[in-house]
Amino acid sequence: MAKTTAHGDNYINYEKGLWSWLTTVDHKRIGLMYFITVMFFFFIGGVMALLLRLELFAPNTAPNVGQILANGDVYNQVMTYHGAIMVFMVIVPGIPAILGNFFLPLHIGAKDVAFPKINLLSWYCFMAGAILAIATFFTTKIDTGWTFYTPYSIRTGTATALMVLAAFIMGMSSILTGLNFIVTVHKLRAPGMTMHRMPLFVWSLYATAILQMLATPVLGITLLLLAVERFLGIGIFDPKLGGDPVLFQHFFWFYSHPAVYIMVIPAMGIVSELITTFSKKVIFGYTAIAYSSLGIAAVSFFVWGHHMFVSGQSETTGIIFSFLTMLVGVPTAIKMFNWVATFYKGSVEFRTPMLYALGFMFLFAIGGVTGIMLATLPIDVHFHDTYFVVAHFHYVMVGGTLMSLMGGYYYWFPKMFGKMYSESTARMSFVFIFIGFNVTFFPQFILGAMGMPRRYFDYIPAYETLNKISTVGSWLIGIGFLFGLYTIVHGLLKGEKAPMNPWGSKTLEWQTPSPPPHDNFSVEPVVTAGPYEYR
Amino acid sequence: MSTDNHAHGAHTAHVAHHFKTADQQYSSGKEGIWLFMLTEILMFGAIFVGYFYYHNQYPEMFAEGAKSLDWKMGFVNTLVLIFSSFTMAISISFIQKNQQKKAVLALATTILCAAIFMVIKYFEYQHKFHLGLYPGKFLDAAKVGAEHANLGLYFGFYYTMTGLHGIHVMIGIGLITWCLLRTVRGDFHSQYWIPVEGVGLFWHIVDLIWIFLFPLLYLVG
Repeated sequence: MAKTTAHGDNYINYEKGLWSWLTTVDHKRIGLMYFITVMFFFFIGGVMALLLRLELFAPNTAPNVGQILANGDVYNQVMTYHGAIMVFMVIVPGIPAILGNFFLPLHIGAKDVAFPKINLLSWYCFMAGAILAIATFFTTKIDTGWTFYTPYSIRTGTATALMVLAAFIMGMSSILTGLNFIVTVHKLRAPGMTMHRMPLFVWSLYATAILQMLATPVLGITLLLLAVERFLGIGIFDPKLGGDPVLFQHFFWFYSHPAVYIMVIPAMGIVSELITTFSKKVIFGYTAIAYSSLGIAAVSFFVWGHHMFVSGQSETTGIIFSFLTMLVGVPTAIKMFNWVATFYKGSVEFRTPMLYALGFMFLFAIGGVTGIMLATLPIDVHFHDTYFVVAHFHYVMVGGTLMSLMGGYYYWFPKMFGKMYSESTARMSFVFIFIGFNVTFFPQFILGAMGMPRRYFDYIPAYETLNKISTVGSWLIGIGFLFGLYTIVHGLLKGEKAPMNPWGSKTLEWQTPSPPPHDNFSVEPVVTAGPYEYR
Repeated sequence: MSTDNHAHGAHTAHVAHHFKTADQQYSSGKEGIWLFMLTEILMFGAIFVGYFYYHNQYPEMFAEGAKSLDWKMGFVNTLVLIFSSFTMAISISFIQKNQQKKAVLALATTILCAAIFMVIKYFEYQHKFHLGLYPGKFLDAAKVGAEHANLGLYFGFYYTMTGLHGIHVMIGIGLITWCLLRTVRGDFHSQYWIPVEGVGLFWHIVDLIWIFLFPLLYLVG
């Protein structure tokens, strides 16, 4: 197939054919490829979640609706796939790989990321890992939970080794993305685009990239050791051979706690963009918001022990980790207060992206404050491994990251596809997701406080009512996402043509046509002011 | 086309479209490689942490394990790798001086050293297998007459650490061969050598890791 000589005027029709997409090194196209694949995995992970809630609709002894899944093993598998898919294949790559890839170079006035070929390689790594992870479903499956705790993960007869290798390969993708972003931010900024003129989304991606690059290798080696443990029985995590299973938890959380911030820091970046744009006002405390991202990133490396308060670490260690964990609340609160202050005397416009930003602030505040509760040593000992923890991290991961991701999609939809979406169905989608989310997860705080343990296939009748409410909520979320899917498809097919800058934003990506041309800007932009010069 | 091959010159053939100058491309590439090396160090770092933890738990067992290794072979390998780092480094300076033939020779010597390292490693592994010194659960403590029942843990570390390092050496051989072929083709010259420098940096890290592995596994105790 010879190259077509007539190039289209934007990145979508610049070249044609599936092959031109699979071999593209254009950061915008790679962002879109991530978009399609991540949304597909999100659908699978979501179906698993609905299944779990359906199983927990009633205690197993109840007639008809009691037991939906064949047995507890199947429940464990569904739970593991839900967790592993949502963490490794949706929320970690979600914002950086889709919106970050697409908008980081546009934000700083660059033509591409620093290493376009490595960018494509990281998509292929992601796909290889994801396909391997899905492939385990057709072997003996996995049932360890997404955390792969030893010694169970060594003993279980399921395909743990394959799954951890998959996560290892996806980790490489994450490392390469992070590395690419750091160098891009350092080296490819347009003339006049100083570090302190970068949009806050870029600052958040920068902080995230540091975490991706420094934390992921440790997860990589941990998972590799687990795989070697399965194949060769080296004994490093196996108590039978003199190894220590708790060492696995240390290694695992040394990555996986920073990973929580890999998921949420870019979400905070998007929220900063949305709030300033739809308040038509310069953001309050730019520097504080920018550096608090780095602050969260720095602190996040020293809090992993709070996952192990009941794993037999010493009380002193527990107390230290407890205080360090609470420290995360400081930079997070700095952001919150600055966002609220931005509304003051702004002309706030309640477009769908703004609704998601407000949803983020409301839900993330609950997720964050319950996080401080869980960081408190005696409270955690009581709540450990209960639904309180489940509710807490869903408030952060879904209420935080996913809300922000959705807000970001609607915000940048006109730029990415050159079409407008329908505001009414998008709002409808938000209402269902927001209400459904609270209906699903708020009762779980109460269930947890009542002592309902997480990851169980069944429960005692005392927990029934709240579980029923929670399951109904999951259906509302499902309906909300159906509305969202409809909005996206409808916008793509029948949406009006988007103008260059529908929201009146000031950042650079809105100063180029929608969708952007292959080289992003026809003339290299020269930056003379900060990113939010509203008034 | 690229006759005014000046490092600060306009867009030349070897400057990718999204970079403005060769300088910008060079410094970006260099930073990227250094950051990648950081991830390598963190990855090996975790195994080293594991090593120190268990060494602290079972010092006598680790001493027994170290005794069954042949430090002379490890020492020869250390010298071989240090020498190969030297030949790698001078190959870059030859390219910078447009002395391609000498550069090719230096790169070939580096590959040869890496191959010698792997051959020695192969004989070491074979000897261990012969004695029944397998990793972890495959080591039968009674059969090999070990004083410590969990000697397999030491060999678990030995094989994982040297194995992962060995994989890196093999990747290094591949990368250096790629550099050698491109040097022969004339791709690298006094204006453009960043891939060789990157591979060189990778090779130095691989050597550096061995310089830590050798005393920790062979000499400690």
